[in-house]
Amino acid sequence: MSRETLIDLLYLFSATTFIVALKGLGSPKHARRGNMVAAFGMLVAIVATFFKYVDGHALHHVWLIVLAMFIGVIIAVPTARFVKMTAMPQLVAIFNGVGGGAASLVSITEFIHIKSSHPATYVILEVLLGVLIGTVSFAGSAIAFLKLQELMTGRPVTYPGQQLINGIVGLAALSLIVTILVTASTPLLWILLALAFVLGVIFVLPIGGADVPVLISLLNAFTGLAVAASGFTLGSNLLIVAGTLVGASGILLTRLMSKAMGRSLSNVLFSAFGSVVTASGATTRDDGRSVRSGTPEDAAILLGFSSRVVIIPGYGLAVAQGQHVLRELADLLESKGIEVFYAIHPVAGRMPGHMNVLLAEANVPYEQLLELDESNSELATADVALVVGANDTVNPAAVDDPSSPIYGMPIIHADLAENVIFLKRSMRPGFAGIENDLLYNPKTTLVFGDAKDTLTKMVAAVKAS
Amino acid sequence: MHNVLIQYATVLILTAFVGTEIIAKVPSILHTPLMSGSNAIHGVILVGSMLILGGATTNLQEVLGFLAVILATLNVVGGFVVTDRMLEMFKPRGAKVKETPTDEVTP
Repeated sequence: MSRETLIDLLYLFSATTFIVALKGLGSPKHARRGNMVAAFGMLVAIVATFFKYVDGHALHHVWLIVLAMFIGVIIAVPTARFVKMTAMPQLVAIFNGVGGGAASLVSITEFIHIKSSHPATYVILEVLLGVLIGTVSFAGSAIAFLKLQELMTGRPVTYPGQQLINGIVGLAALSLIVTILVTASTPLLWILLALAFVLGVIFVLPIGGADVPVLISLLNAFTGLAVAASGFTLGSNLLIVAGTLVGASGILLTRLMSKAMGRSLSNVLFSAFGSVVTASGATTRDDGRSVRSGTPEDAAILLGFSSRVVIIPGYGLAVAQGQHVLRELADLLESKGIEVFYAIHPVAGRMPGHMNVLLAEANVPYEQLLELDESNSELATADVALVVGANDTVNPAAVDDPSSPIYGMPIIHADLAENVIFLKRSMRPGFAGIENDLLYNPKTTLVFGDAKDTLTKMVAAVKAS
Repeated sequence: MHNVLIQYATVLILTAFVGTEIIAKVPSILHTPLMSGSNAIHGVILVGSMLILGGATTNLQEVLGFLAVILATLNVVGGFVVTDRMLEMFKPRGAKVKETPTDEVTP
């Protein structure tokens, strides 16, 4: 067997491990092992690559490659290992971005490398797609990182003529691609690189807050597609398979997330949702309705007398870092023979499945986590719905008010329960800036304050009773 | 030459279908690990980056290739480590007992 055939077989093995890993994610039991299998497959592919021939000779610069890898490892391992779990969304964003950046660099370098041999038009097209998508993903992920890390405002950033400017930059990139296809000009490629960077930035600026889960999934898909494009350029099946798998997963997640918000993808991406918060909402609805507020102790008594409790967590729980106290409260209730479930809305938080990771971190067994449909059937027979840090995902306006911006979004029907306990920092509306009728529901008891403090007081009160 | 293109396109299309089938079965509990795990998988661009740096013939190509290898290594290593850390946390009922033995168990 020739050297090249052996290496290709090893690549085939790696591609298979990637599919096995994704299959393992079908259940929490096998997921971790699957991830390790993929990591092993990746290692095999990397080691095999050291023995590959490029242009008929062994790899040059082996020590440079090893040095670069060493630098990458000493940055990545401590970051990935020790960054707090709350910083997960931005960490995922940044690791996604660097992948897009690498794909873009690979495409550019390959273009410079093969340019003298007058490549076919389709090869240039592959390069250009790799550069464009990879760079947009890199720049977009960087902005998403800045927003999530709160180094810049998490709200949508808008300015006059935004759509128009974005459109012009997009068109300019497109016409540049056509020009490069015809001329195969390297200087123009650098201009495309710069333009793609700008495009990535201005594309992400108007997307903020609760829309971020959609954005993160989409950027994930972009990097996958950029890798697949570089696979075409380099003639590597492994890169095509891996890139396409990621592209498929990203696109699927993107669709799931926008569906969970009851909005179309283009509406999520281009409407700068939630940027006009204070203007509408609060002022018009001041029609003298009253809310019923209570103390953490009142809430504890209510919980103590119930037999089924459904907890509805939202992004506020992550912000307040209340997940551990929340689990303590749930354990306490369970020890009193009360059934406890968690109702998870798909877009709660800042990335797909955010609430699940948050609660897993607090050792909540995954059997207690319910998806949207299950949640609503559980809630119909629940005594108490405990809303912690959620708002728009339990807003009945999504069902009964066709004029509401979130109309059509599938929600968790907290109001189906006998009683609702709503932990809230203030009367301020949620991200979408929409008044929540659930707050005025006679079933609802509002407990004001920081979620973690309130939960701690509730734990003490339940213990004392 | 065009036969190669068709071969790659075949791989792409078949993978897209296989991928969609498998990923549609991932429960929403595991959507974050799915994202982060697929993140790690696209780190395979490291293989491409190695080939680019290994075949570099000018200083510019060396610099770009060197950067690409660093970025791709960050992607691979960070992706797998973060995913492992996440998946480690997902436990079924009962498994949490050994996680906090200090409180309850007093020998």
